[in-house]
Amino acid sequence: MLSIKDLQVKIGDKSILKGISLDIKPGEVHAIMGPNGSGKSTLSHVLAGKEGYTITGGSIEIEGQDLEEMAPEIRAREGLFLAFQYPVEIPGVSNIYLLKAALNAVRKHQGLTEVDALDFLALVKEKIKLLGMDEKFLYRSVNQGFSGGEKKRNEILQMAVMEPKMCIMDETDSGLDIDALQIVAAGVNSLRSEKRSFLMITHYQRLLDYIVPDVVHVLADGRIVKTGGPELALELEQKGYGWIGQVE
Amino acid sequence: MASAVSSLEKYLEEYDEIKSTLPGQGLDWLVQLRQQGLDQFSTQGFPTTRDEDWRYTNVTPFIKKSFQSVLAKPSTTVLPEQMDHYYVPDCWQVVIVDGHFSNTLSKLDGLPEEVVVMALSDALIKCPDKVKSYLGQAVENEDHGFIHYNTAWFSEGLFVWIPQQVKMKQPLQLVHVVTQENVATATRNLIVAEAGAEGVVIESYFGSQAQAYLTSSISEVFVAENAHLTLYKLQNEASKALHCSGVYSQQEKHSTFNYLDFSFGGLIARNELHVNVGFAAACDLNGLFVGSGRQHFDNHTWINHLQPRGSSRELFKGILDGRARGVFQGCVKVFEDAQKIDSEMHNHNLLLSDNAEIDTKPQLVIYADDVKCAHGVTVGQLDDASVFYLQSRAVSEEEAKNMLTFAFANEMVDQIKVSSFKSYILALLLQKFPQGGIEQEWL
Repeated sequence: MLSIKDLQVKIGDKSILKGISLDIKPGEVHAIMGPNGSGKSTLSHVLAGKEGYTITGGSIEIEGQDLEEMAPEIRAREGLFLAFQYPVEIPGVSNIYLLKAALNAVRKHQGLTEVDALDFLALVKEKIKLLGMDEKFLYRSVNQGFSGGEKKRNEILQMAVMEPKMCIMDETDSGLDIDALQIVAAGVNSLRSEKRSFLMITHYQRLLDYIVPDVVHVLADGRIVKTGGPELALELEQKGYGWIGQVE
Repeated sequence: MASAVSSLEKYLEEYDEIKSTLPGQGLDWLVQLRQQGLDQFSTQGFPTTRDEDWRYTNVTPFIKKSFQSVLAKPSTTVLPEQMDHYYVPDCWQVVIVDGHFSNTLSKLDGLPEEVVVMALSDALIKCPDKVKSYLGQAVENEDHGFIHYNTAWFSEGLFVWIPQQVKMKQPLQLVHVVTQENVATATRNLIVAEAGAEGVVIESYFGSQAQAYLTSSISEVFVAENAHLTLYKLQNEASKALHCSGVYSQQEKHSTFNYLDFSFGGLIARNELHVNVGFAAACDLNGLFVGSGRQHFDNHTWINHLQPRGSSRELFKGILDGRARGVFQGCVKVFEDAQKIDSEMHNHNLLLSDNAEIDTKPQLVIYADDVKCAHGVTVGQLDDASVFYLQSRAVSEEEAKNMLTFAFANEMVDQIKVSSFKSYILALLLQKFPQGGIEQEWL
């Protein structure tokens, strides 16, 4: 699904990612854990196509297609989805309008007909139940005045509507209390399928109790220093990130 | 300087030719009022950039063209079907074409008998005393060239008088259309809401083609005790027009005055808004200007809190593209005994190009000590993080920018409480986004 080979990224003159390789197969859930400043957020931004980063080496492919040349919206239409760590508030653009614009852009790209207003409403009402959100959220401006938990749920709602192939979740657990975390995790778990892959970027192991990954990678100073199964996350939780340095 | 004087003389010479055709000839008080206006205009002329309040808006090159008063030209015939797209549905209409009231194009069926709605020229014949008690009263202490010009030259206008406790069931639209080139029109509107009355008036200004002309319009608004008046204004003049308008409102105690302005057209458009707020009265003044090319929009507003316990809210938003330029000056003045005033003034501007410019100046002048006054101004571009967020949701960059720009403007459209007018404005606004990406069904 997603294949990253020896990816090197700079911000200005500073090297942030120093050769990352990852291979995520369809249906797999990978987690990337790492301390602050290890390059986790840079990786998620580069994958989504944010400006301000220079790729100096390596490659990123989604289902064999080179991602680097694609504009962010094309990546999204090709099935790549980033759930933001800090979702942006967009006053004046209603949630439902954005959801509809997003879904139809994806469908058009895939050669499908656009969904009309009625069908769309039925579809989105079904998805919103999944996230335990009130329908009122649909008519509010995107993320405006939402609590931290509501913003994260809204990200998952967008994901549920757009039905991407490759979901990248950037610190989805940050700022969530335990109830919100369970709802978000349940939403994500319901979207897991043989054809959909996930990359969860997180500082803490907590989220991985609810969304159990197939593979865990540890990122430190721009490199993947260790890869293992879900038990690696537990080990990190107990011993902290200092332990990784000692092993090396 | 010499040319400015000579153009002024041209206007004055022309006045001699047209003055006998102005309405209200038999009314001494009006003849006198016009003469005073003319005298002051002949000393002052039109404002220039040397006047502090006109520093950023230079009308001199425009005025030099010496537009001919519409009264000196033969009138044009406009067919009803040419007017259709100017009418806001579900409103009564008073239509003024090239400075003349048109009875056939106006639609006043079903207007309650007790409400007086007519052309000012009619009112000067049918109820001159009523007109006398309002005309010139709200602008009495104001002193600038455009008011004096308007007082001397006005050929027509709208007269609205809503008696005590009467609530108008639907809005009244003034449709002001200019069809001729190089003409000057001057209209004076009087809008009166007596005690406890309620009404909505829409002033709309259009030009039928891409031509140069001058629209001078002054509205004097009187909102009596416990009355509630809403005034919407749409300026969608032809692309080379100069639009100079002033709204002067007098509010008595416990009244409310809501004003919402949409400036889309014209080459240069100057809006002045003067509001005197009485005891425990509230005013809400808002505006949106959307400019591109070389359009120039100037909004000058003054809110005077003369009495205690009043409140005022003001929000003007500007969107400027190309080489368009905007000016906002807002002044809130709280007089010495006007305690417990609650006032907020905001101006937010979105510059879409490197060559667009906004000059904005909020001012608070406070002589009372127990008041709550706030003001804020922002000038910015579209937020990159928001554009990226929308792109990450499959929306193209161009569409994302349109969406954000439209959302910025839509906050003002959302304030319109008359649904037919809201749809009308929305359609006009959508025409401003030819790149597409904004769907009619803005949910």
